[in-house]
Amino acid sequence: MAKSIIEGLKKHKILGRSGCCYPSAEKWEKVKKAKGSKRYIICNGSEGEPYSLKDGHILKYYPEYVVEGIKQALKEIKNSEAFIYLRKDYYWFFAPKLRKLAKGLPIAVIKKKGGYLAGEETVACQAIEGKEIEPRQRPPFVSESGLWECPTLVNNVETFYCAGKIARGEYKNERFFTVTGKVPKKGVFMLDKDSAVKEILEKTKNYPTFDFFARAGSEILLKNELDKKIEGLGCIIVYDKKRTNPIKLMKKWAQFVLDENCDKCAPCREGMFRIKEMISSKKLDKKTLEDIFFAMENTSFCPLGKNAPGPFRDIINKLM
Amino acid sequence: MKKINITINGKKIPTFEGKTILESAEENGIYIPALCSHSDLKVKANCRICCVEVLGELVPACSTNVSEGMKVSTDSEKVKRARKTNLELLFAQHAEECHDCVWNGACDLLKIAEENKVRINKFKDRKQKFPVYQFGQIIQFDSSKCIDCGNCIEVCKMQGVGFLEKKNNKSFNQVSPSSKWNVDCIYCGQCITHCPAGAFEAKGEFEEIEEPLKNKSKKIIFQFAPAVRSSIGEEFGMKEGSVVTGKIVSALKKLGADKVFDISVGADFTTVFEAKEVVERIKKNKNLPVLTSCCPAWVRYVELHYPKLIKNLSTARSPHIILGGLIKTYWAEKNKISPKDIIVISIMPCVAKKYEILKPRLKIKGFKPVDYVLTAREFSRLVKSKKIDFKNLKPKKADNVFGDPSGAGIIYGASGGVMESAFRTAYEKLSGKKLKDVNFIKARGLKGIKEAEIKIGKDIKKIAVVSGLGNVKEILNKALEYTCIEVMACPGGCIGGGGQPMPVNDRIRQKRSESLYSLDRHKKIRRAHENPIVKEILKENLSRKIFHTYHDKEFKNKNKII
Repeated sequence: MAKSIIEGLKKHKILGRSGCCYPSAEKWEKVKKAKGSKRYIICNGSEGEPYSLKDGHILKYYPEYVVEGIKQALKEIKNSEAFIYLRKDYYWFFAPKLRKLAKGLPIAVIKKKGGYLAGEETVACQAIEGKEIEPRQRPPFVSESGLWECPTLVNNVETFYCAGKIARGEYKNERFFTVTGKVPKKGVFMLDKDSAVKEILEKTKNYPTFDFFARAGSEILLKNELDKKIEGLGCIIVYDKKRTNPIKLMKKWAQFVLDENCDKCAPCREGMFRIKEMISSKKLDKKTLEDIFFAMENTSFCPLGKNAPGPFRDIINKLM
Repeated sequence: MKKINITINGKKIPTFEGKTILESAEENGIYIPALCSHSDLKVKANCRICCVEVLGELVPACSTNVSEGMKVSTDSEKVKRARKTNLELLFAQHAEECHDCVWNGACDLLKIAEENKVRINKFKDRKQKFPVYQFGQIIQFDSSKCIDCGNCIEVCKMQGVGFLEKKNNKSFNQVSPSSKWNVDCIYCGQCITHCPAGAFEAKGEFEEIEEPLKNKSKKIIFQFAPAVRSSIGEEFGMKEGSVVTGKIVSALKKLGADKVFDISVGADFTTVFEAKEVVERIKKNKNLPVLTSCCPAWVRYVELHYPKLIKNLSTARSPHIILGGLIKTYWAEKNKISPKDIIVISIMPCVAKKYEILKPRLKIKGFKPVDYVLTAREFSRLVKSKKIDFKNLKPKKADNVFGDPSGAGIIYGASGGVMESAFRTAYEKLSGKKLKDVNFIKARGLKGIKEAEIKIGKDIKKIAVVSGLGNVKEILNKALEYTCIEVMACPGGCIGGGGQPMPVNDRIRQKRSESLYSLDRHKKIRRAHENPIVKEILKENLSRKIFHTYHDKEFKNKNKII
């Protein structure tokens, strides 16, 4: 067993689950050492990505590890309080159990406000403070100034699960993957952390017999590209290549972003509108599209806009 | 602050830790285009036009702090590509109507578009069919021009009004007027001067400016406010703070005015009656504190939200209403003109004054004291449309008998001016002594809340001066501590008014205000009650109605979609 929990996180190379894969040990370290007396911890169970189910799975089957992880954080980070921030359905299902497990600890279980975007860490801070559902300017990072301007540790449910496992000496280099879409056995699976997409599909007996492509994070992978590892949320969606209309699919995605983004910054708000417009009219001007993708990826205010163009670009380049 | 060096486009530049890239660039004369940034407001970083390249990444200059040795590029290929695309996207939600825009085609949006060779109509306007809202009779908001920067919402909140809100409509948030029963526009017009896209304007700001001049058979009398004499020059490319009193008079004469009067003379009357009221209320210890009532946006705010304080508002009419009343009674009689043959037009720094003149209770013998209000912007547009070369006009003096104000009447245009003027007059009445130094420095300046204590005999009276309506709550919460409270809705007072030339910021407000104080300093007569015309008229037995009014509860106006 590692000496301290932070060393444990470092040793097992635990990464954040947001998609930018920030090393968790560093995050904990930063909050621990940040200036100021009061500190907060947010366990983020606000999973809003369509199809992803792993947070719910963990909360259902392993809540004691999650709470153990938060307990470790509370111990490690002086003068801190924690929030378990859950999307609405998870809140209704799991809050009683979590509250029971957290008895006697400074942990509050609260319900998420707003939609997909409210899962982003700065938006989560806004939501918990009862402010507008809108991302905050970074820097300052939440590790310096998060909830009520205090240093705040925001980690995914799974990260706290890992911390709990590590603390009990039970961590075995595994993580959770959601496999869904056109597969026989949809669900959440625990596999080796470094599994490639192909392996995941095979091991879960989900490897399709038909021609297909998969969405893994914000990337579209063809059959011959499945040797890639998958980071972040770990959600794989399989599509039947013959029976999927790429235009319809992109329209659905575009509408999702339009509905869920906050309309704060110009590139994300207007860019996604124009992408949808072009898709709907089936007049895809590649140069204009690339310019919009570029502006979104490079100048959007928050990760939602920055990551949004990926799957569109892939679909257009690989499937059309 | 620690001094550091950064490099912008290869040029080494000294700056300080804690500053943003945009601030550092501006202070060193390096231009970075920006739209949603305004020095009055918080950094929002919404428009993404000011993005610059640092270490291969694009970051918004307005919200990124500098660090030692930072290398910034403002015109790399990446920057240009992103900026151009974002501009095209912004224009795609902005209906261009440059011919009738409050910016007169001088907006940053268009300027940056030209610099970046942007095709402003690359996409079809997303907001083409978006509605135009009208708030009361006064302000119009064309939501098809809005670029969603959020400045108006923020400034409205900053004003303590919160009438403009973000509302969700089919996967988009858009700026909309509040439908809450107890929240309404007070017509301060700060949304107009803080909107980079010209989406807000006063009602009739374009189509109705020539209307007053159409009354050819009537005597056309113009009067101009204290605060426009140091701001209108900006509209004609003159330096900020240029005093153009004489040029305004000349231009008005060219426009066909029969007489041009100075509202600062009206202010002298307001001062005298307000000071009298202060003295009386102090003696009777009744309805204190006295709240000033020259600012119609503030009066509306009290009438909407603080009915209990209505009795505290001064009953003295505002300067242009008094002067209008005197023109249609005293002056009309002297010159044997029937008041129905007189048209009075005020040139104001303000849009709320358009609302004030609609109040029926201000009528005298059935006549409105003032028939039209033109904002400083509208006046300038009128001058330009008649091709009058304002900058090179030979200055003329305003006409007698209402052409020569005291210094006190001139400083009405800056926050603290009303208080200072009233103090110069009331002090003598209260203490029986002559005031040695008329300068009341503590009341001056752009700070939102100014407080002072005045010693009169053995008594110490506390006063407060508020500008920027959002600051007033703090003072009203402890209102009973004060004897007098001056409130102007706009930051810095009328020099920062909603009808003033654009752009506006604290630097410009400072310049406009300094000029007014300098005019005051050079005046021989600096106390309102010493103005000969004031003395003369007070001897006449004129109706009380010309100088006083009453205030009453107000209710929310219906917001129309037009």
